[in-house]
Amino acid sequence: MPRRNLIIVVGFLALIAVVAVGIAIAVSRWNRGSRTPAAAAVTPPVTPGRRIKARLFYVGADGTRLAGVEREVAYGEGTVEQARQIVEAQIAPVTEPLVSAVPPATRLRAIFVTELGNAYVDFSRELVMGHSGGSTDELLTVYSIVNALTANLPAVKSVQLLVDGKQLETLAGHVDLRRPLDRNLAWVE
Amino acid sequence: MKLLRLSSVCAAATAAVVLSIVTGPRVGGQAAAPPSLTVFSKDGRKTLPLTVNGDQELVFLDDLASAFQFTIRDESFGTFTVAYKGKTILLTPDQPLVSIAGRLVSLPAAPTRAGRRWLVPVEFTNRALALVYDARLDLRKPSRLLIVGDLRVPRVTMRFENADPARLTVDLVPRTNSTVAQDNNTLTIRFDADGLDAAVPAIQPGPLVQAVRVLDPATLAIDLGPRFGSYRASTQPLDTSTRLTIDVLSAQSPSQPAPPPPAAPDTQPPPLDLSTLNPGAGGVRTIAIDPGHGGEDEGVKGPRGTKEKDLALAVARRLKAAIEGRLGIRVLLTRDEDRNVPLDGRTAMANNNKADLFISLHANASFRKTAAGASILYASFDREAEQAARASLGSERLPAFGGGLREVDLVFWELAQIRHVKHSAELAMFLEEQLHDKIPLSAHAVDRAPLDVLESANMPAVMIEMGYLTNDEQENQMAGADFQNTLVQAVFDAVLRFRDTMRSGTP
Repeated sequence: MPRRNLIIVVGFLALIAVVAVGIAIAVSRWNRGSRTPAAAAVTPPVTPGRRIKARLFYVGADGTRLAGVEREVAYGEGTVEQARQIVEAQIAPVTEPLVSAVPPATRLRAIFVTELGNAYVDFSRELVMGHSGGSTDELLTVYSIVNALTANLPAVKSVQLLVDGKQLETLAGHVDLRRPLDRNLAWVE
Repeated sequence: MKLLRLSSVCAAATAAVVLSIVTGPRVGGQAAAPPSLTVFSKDGRKTLPLTVNGDQELVFLDDLASAFQFTIRDESFGTFTVAYKGKTILLTPDQPLVSIAGRLVSLPAAPTRAGRRWLVPVEFTNRALALVYDARLDLRKPSRLLIVGDLRVPRVTMRFENADPARLTVDLVPRTNSTVAQDNNTLTIRFDADGLDAAVPAIQPGPLVQAVRVLDPATLAIDLGPRFGSYRASTQPLDTSTRLTIDVLSAQSPSQPAPPPPAAPDTQPPPLDLSTLNPGAGGVRTIAIDPGHGGEDEGVKGPRGTKEKDLALAVARRLKAAIEGRLGIRVLLTRDEDRNVPLDGRTAMANNNKADLFISLHANASFRKTAAGASILYASFDREAEQAARASLGSERLPAFGGGLREVDLVFWELAQIRHVKHSAELAMFLEEQLHDKIPLSAHAVDRAPLDVLESANMPAVMIEMGYLTNDEQENQMAGADFQNTLVQAVFDAVLRFRDTMRSGTP
């Protein structure tokens, strides 16, 4: 009897799990659909192995500017998917001599691009929590992402950074993130 | 210094206040009796007692209520309102702010209780009451004079030289006509005005002139002495004033005319050196200094534990002391303690107090420990912001200080800086030039960035990153008094240059 009961309980839990996963997927697709005015990446159409060259941005030698570095990035079909691949590559940990301007452990949560070319890039909270706090560092963090997208994707005209799905005023008290920012190569050496 | 501070807190301070500053000490000197505020209107003069508390001059609200026919009502939560013809001003005890139709107006001090009565700073009249009152209210704080309505009350400065000939020089702002006539032993000077905001110099009776006195609100009298022979009066329009020179000649005076009156105010030594005592003339009367971060937001922390928030506050206090003490410009700190103030709150304070400059002080951090040097940043605006700014909100007629309505251009709060970027760039350039060779500068000493705290500043605004706390050597250096004093002196010099450039009108 206890064994039979156990099977029933396990079966029941499995059923709940399947339903829950189904609801989660449905909700996430619905959310994504409603928040993606133009191009939404419903399925990740990444061609395995295919790569493109992109210009990514890391902390320059004197620590006050970014340095542009040409690197290989996974190919993504369409603007949104390619944008995702570029941001993933930009925030990925790097080794010396490269120094990333994005705090370690920062994850990309979502990315949207509007018809007007405004990209909204949603990061995990590590982008804020792991930040050192100076205005130079903050500018380098922000413009490494803004420039990586705008310099490589002609369809992206400006970029607004979000954290945990929300607009925020600044990362560490300096750079205004309440509006999308244009490409700014003045911060590149 | 005290007088300067008094003058600078006067919201209605204009370039013309200069002469009030000059007359101020004499008026104050004469009024050894209990201080009072003279309310001057078409119906005559009234005096209201003043309470002096340090730099503040306070007036009883119920005295103002009977003079201006408004009512005072207690409201909930300890607040109270002043109601005048259906319009109200909301006051809160211990808050130096009043609310008028949703608009906040700052006062130099909060309303305080004196027994069962309320005391408010005299500036309540021209800053708050003027916004709801029917007639213009012009507070001449140095003379303790409140002018109601469009009365002509020129500011009058007099200088007397007891020689032969004896000379009385009278400067009037704004330009005012006068007629001089002799009536037996008295010369009367009748001014084309409703009253005079004048300090009459006390003079030693001499053989030519015995006394100078006020005959009626718009007439002066010179009592002549036994050796009086003749007089000569001449009027000279100056830039914004009229100079009246009266020479009293003795009976034995040589027949040739006395030297002509001076062609310009500078040809005679002015009673005070206005170039140093007149911050208003340069268009820089108030400076807001913003020590970055604070409270839980420590900003950058150096490897030895130096915190950006503490460094910024320490330098801000030194800078305030230097500028207030030596330039006589009012300095506001957006925070004077270890607490966090939202970025919008910092610029709101500067905007509401009509600061003429905004300087935010910060210390920097870099992912590379070798990064070093100070830099000066001013705001940049991207396409979207500029488009928003161009989509003008239009203008609106709003009550002006001193009464009446004024056409005011409306701008987006967070884009107020757009109109000032040119001057911000100039200030940044002056700062770079003054800091150069004195403290280490970054290879990019002047930068532009979309900095939140600068964007909503409605005045020239810069951020000074004093150096990198992430750099061991710089951390040690910045924590020291030598570095801080050097930096303060350089910023002081840059402010002085900026003020002088604005004053000369060739920024």
